[in-house]
Amino acid sequence: MSAALAVSGLVKRYGAVEALGGVDLEVGDCELVGLLGPNGAGKSTLVKIACGLVRPTAGRAEVCGARAGSREARAALGYLAELFRFPGWMTADELLELHQRLAGSRGGERERVELLELVSLHDARRRPIEAMSKGMQQRLGIAQALVGSPRLLVLDEPTSALDPVGRRTVRTLLEELQRRGVSVLLNSHLLSEIELVCDRVVILLDGRVVTAGTPAELARPRGVEIETDAGKRTYPEAGRDDMPRLVAELVRDGKSVYGASLLTSTLEDVYVEAVGGEGS
Amino acid sequence: MTAIWTIAGYGLREALRRKVFVVVCFLTIAFLALYWLGARYAFHHVANVAPPEGVDARTFAGAFLFGMAMFGTLFLGVVLAIFLTLGTVRGDAERALLQPLVVRPIGRSTLLIARFLGAGAVCVPYVLILYFAAMVLTGLEGSWWPDRIVTPGLELAAGVLIVAALSLLGSVFLSSIANGIAIFMLFGAGLVAGLLGNIGHVLNSPGLVHAAKIAAWAIPFEALYQDALRAITEKTSGLTGFLLRLGPFGGAEQGGVALRLWAVAYLVLVGLVAVAGFARRDL
Repeated sequence: MSAALAVSGLVKRYGAVEALGGVDLEVGDCELVGLLGPNGAGKSTLVKIACGLVRPTAGRAEVCGARAGSREARAALGYLAELFRFPGWMTADELLELHQRLAGSRGGERERVELLELVSLHDARRRPIEAMSKGMQQRLGIAQALVGSPRLLVLDEPTSALDPVGRRTVRTLLEELQRRGVSVLLNSHLLSEIELVCDRVVILLDGRVVTAGTPAELARPRGVEIETDAGKRTYPEAGRDDMPRLVAELVRDGKSVYGASLLTSTLEDVYVEAVGGEGS
Repeated sequence: MTAIWTIAGYGLREALRRKVFVVVCFLTIAFLALYWLGARYAFHHVANVAPPEGVDARTFAGAFLFGMAMFGTLFLGVVLAIFLTLGTVRGDAERALLQPLVVRPIGRSTLLIARFLGAGAVCVPYVLILYFAAMVLTGLEGSWWPDRIVTPGLELAAGVLIVAALSLLGSVFLSSIANGIAIFMLFGAGLVAGLLGNIGHVLNSPGLVHAAKIAAWAIPFEALYQDALRAITEKTSGLTGFLLRLGPFGGAEQGGVALRLWAVAYLVLVGLVAVAGFARRDL
C-alpha cells in the first residue's frame, strides 16, 4: 500500500522568494508525523501543497498514491487550516452535513453525531457557529476534517485556540485516530504536544528539512544525574552503562544515594539547536 | 451534479439566513411604491398636456416611465448580482471560508459554476418579478402595455446574469472591494455608452453611434438592455417612436438574434476564463 503522504524534491517559489527548496517527506500508514519549524520555514506551504491549495513549482507530492490536488487525493484527506472560518449562520450539524455531501460521505446523521461526540460537541449540535467559542470552533473544525473517514488527516495548528483540557481532548483524539488507521500530519508550534503524540518529527528551516526522526532518535544523552545527601550532581560525560559504577563509588565513599537518572535532550533542545539558536 | 446543487443551495441559504432577501424585498417594495406613485401622477396629468404634433402623449409617458422602471430593474438586479458574487474566490479565500470547501473532491470549476447558478437562481426570478410588477402598475395606471411583453424581461435577466459572470471572473483576481468597484464602474461604462449613442442619434453622428454600439456589445448587458428598450416600443412609429428610441439611460437599439447568440458566447467565454484563472490560483 502506498504511503499516506509522499513528498520528494518539492520546490515552491513565490516570485523571487523560495518557500520550499527541495523537501522530501513521507507519512506512512497509521503514522503520526509532527512538522516543526520557525515562522516562514515553509510548513504551511508544504501542508497547502499536500491539500491541493497551492501548486508546486517542482517536485512531487502524492496523497495515497494520487497526485496531490487531484480529486482522488482530496477524497483521501481531511484538512483543518491554521486560519479557518466557517459560516457563522450555520449550525454545527449543518456544517458537517454540507461537508458530508461535498465529500460524498454516506455516513448520514450517525456519522455526524459520532464525530461531534468525538470532539465533545454533541451538546452543541444545533448551535449556530457564530455562537461558539473559538475553542469549540476549532474542535468542530477537527470533526469537519474527519468527515468521510479520510486516510490522511492534515492539521495545521489544531490546538492553538484550545485550553489545556481541550488540548488533552485533541491528543486523546489523535491517539484514537491512529488506532483506527488514520495517518496524521500535524503542524504545531507546541513542542510538548508533538513530543507526546508524534511517532516522528520533521523540522523545517528555510524550506528545507534540517532534522527528522523519532523523538527517541532525536533525543541525545546529556549525562547522568545522581541525587545524594550532598545534593544533586551531574556527570555530563557519563552514559547509561556508567550509572551502576557511579552509584557504587558514591556508596563506597559513604554517601546516601536517593536517586539516579539518565539525562537526555528534550525536543525543545533539539529544535533550538536545529533552527540555529534561541533567537529563531 | 450533487456538488453543484449542494454549493448552489449553500449560497441560497446564506442569502436567506443573512437576511439579504429581507433587505432586498424591503427596498424593492419601496421602489415599486414610489414608481406607482410617479406613474399615477404622470398619467393623471397626461390628459392635460398638449404634446407637439405627432407625439402620442399616453404612449410616450407609458413607454418612458416603463423604460425608467426597466433601468431601475436592471440596476437593482446588478446590485444584487454583484453583492452575491463579488467575494466568491479571493474574498472568501482571504476570509478563510473557501479553503475547507476547495479541499473537498468537488473540483474548482464545479464550485464556480455552482456559485453562478446560485446567484442566477436569486437574480433571474428577482428581475422578472420586478419587471412584471412595474409593467402591471404601468398598465393599470395608464392603460399602456409594451409591444413585447416577455422578451424584454428575459433580456434584462440575461444582462444581470452577464454581470454576475463578470463579477465571478473579477473575484478570481481581485479582492472583494476592488472587484465590487470594478464591476460597478463597468456598469457605469455601459450607461455612458448608451448615453453616447443617444447623443450620436441627436447629432446625427454615425461615428459616435458606431462607437457606442461597439462599447455596448463589448459589455453585452448594455446591448441587451438597449434591445429590451427597443422591444417595448417596436411597433411605435413616427415622432413618438423616434423620441422613445432615444430612451432613458441609453437609447433603444436593435440587437436581434445575433446579440442573443453573442450574449451566450460571451457568458461561456467569461466562464472559461474564470475557470482557467481559478484553476491556476494558489489559495
